[in-house]
Parts: sequence; C-alpha cells; structure tokens
Amino acid sequence: MKIRLNGETVETSIPDILSLVKVRDLDLPSLVVEHNHTIIQQTAWADTLLQEGDTIELLSFVGGG
Amino acid sequence: MEDRLALGDRYFSSRLLTGTGKFASNSLIGPMLAASGSQIITVALRRVDPKAPPQDNILSHIPDTVTLLPNTSGARTAKEAVRIAHIAREAGCGDFIKIEVITDMQYLLPDNHETLKATEILAKEGFIVLPYVMPDITISRRLYDAGAAAVMPLGSPIGSNLGLEMKPMIQRIIETSKLPVIVDAGIGRPSQAAEAMEMGADAVLVNTAIATARDTAIAGRAFAMAVTAGRMAYHAGMAGHSNRARASSPLTGFLRE
Repeated sequence: MKIRLNGETVETSIPDILSLVKVRDLDLPSLVVEHNHTIIQQTAWADTLLQEGDTIELLSFVGGG
Repeated sequence: MEDRLALGDRYFSSRLLTGTGKFASNSLIGPMLAASGSQIITVALRRVDPKAPPQDNILSHIPDTVTLLPNTSGARTAKEAVRIAHIAREAGCGDFIKIEVITDMQYLLPDNHETLKATEILAKEGFIVLPYVMPDITISRRLYDAGAAAVMPLGSPIGSNLGLEMKPMIQRIIETSKLPVIVDAGIGRPSQAAEAMEMGADAVLVNTAIATARDTAIAGRAFAMAVTAGRMAYHAGMAGHSNRARASSPLTGFLRE
C-alpha cells in the first residue's frame, strides 16, 4: 500500500505504527506521531493499523527560540 | 510584595525567558537553566529525518519545574500555527504557546496579520498565547482583545544580536499595552536586556546570545542579573537625562574669595 510519510509517498507493507517507527532507528520516547492529523499516544501505536492513503507525520521536539 | 510576572493564570519570579535553539549540546541546557533561574523555555517541533542520526530527547534536559513554551516556528499561516499548537499540547507540552508566523524569509520578521488570527483561535481554546510580533500599538491592542496572555515585540531580527533597534516603538507599546510586554529576539547582550527592563518591559526572551556564548551557564546568569537590575531600576524610577552638567557635589566657593 501507499502512505504519505513526512510528506513523501512511500510503498510499505508495514501493518501498524509501532512497527513503522521501530524499523527506523528513532529515539522513541521523544517521538510524536500524527496519523491522519490525529496524535496517536505511544500506548496506542501497536493498535493503530496502517491503511492505503494514510498520512503519517513523525515529529519530535528540537531546540528553538 | 513579590514582583512576579503573570502570564495567564500562572506566576513566575524570573523575568528571563530562554530558548533551546543553537546550543552546541543539549546537555548545556540544564546547567544554563540552573544558573539563570529561567522558569520558561522555548522548544520547537520538527519532522524527524529518518536518515539523520537519532537526536537525544531535548525535553529530557528540561526540569519539570520549568514551563515549556513550544513555538510555532516553521508556520507561514495561522492555520499552520494552530496545527503546531494542537500537536504540542497533545504531545504533553502544556498550554503555553509562542505564536511565531513568518513569511519574510530574508529578515525572519513576523507576520502580524496571521499571528493575530492564530491568537484569536488558540486563546478561545484555552491556550496561554504569547504572540511574537512586529512592534505595533494597534496589533498590541488587538492581541489583548483576542485574549493573548502577553505581547512579544521583537527588539531586532532573530539571532542578529542587534539589541533594541525597535526601542521607540517598544516604548510606546509598554506605555499603552494592557498586556505584559516581553521583548523577544535580537537581544544580544545583558546590557540590552537591562535596557529593555529599565524601559518597563515585563520580561525578555533570550536564546541566541546565551546559546552561542562560550560559557552558556555564565551567560545565562549574566542575563538574569541584568534583567533583575533593569527591573529594579524601573521600580526605582530613574531620573531623566540632561545635556548639561548638574553638580552632584556642592560648589561652595570657600577656596576662592
């Protein structure tokens, strides 16, 4: 299926958000995940299944003034 | 009576707001906060780059006692700023939000029009909204009507260290604003922070000047002392200046006939 990940269209067979972030070497505690414009709490990542056309944003807090 | 800064329903004894941008290492942020006593610090939200090496969690360097002030940097419209604010709140950053909407990429000057629109929306939703604006009395009044918790006029362009280029306009905002006035951006030296506080600003926000100093903790302390000194001078009611000398010692002429 195709999803929009951080603004790019990617082809993936990954079933859920937890698996999606785990295959990337990311600092999970600081990660903010937006699924179709809704924030998904970390405890719900495993239960949030990906579907064709979903929009995922992987965000994190960084230094800023 | 304690001289505290009131923002929304919260009170702060420190009038120095700080930022987390441009530190050589996130590990410098904690010691800077301890040395400066700053109780409010800004953070930004960015897309994760999966190709870049993982960064450590900046929030883990900020003690729970310090209030997070997420900014909406990167937003070019009110709508984008509102979206960032929602994400920050849902991600557990609390109700404070610094509205920063920038469409001028040359000088990074804020877009007052979009900033006002975002403020109206977010204040209604219960955010404690701190809008970063071009110094303007009319926008300051409209932000009050919109429910902002403060107005944050810039001293000079972000990161420029030019100090209070906008001093006369900031002075007029201080004279007329019903909101706390926090001078944000461009403050490059403690003396400039003191100058803003002497004028009657309620607080200053300093990021670049502290974060890029050789010793960021000492710089934080220096800014904190300057802010305190400037505030005290404001309360003391300093006299105006004169182009002519006014003797401070008696000129009694007993040495001459």
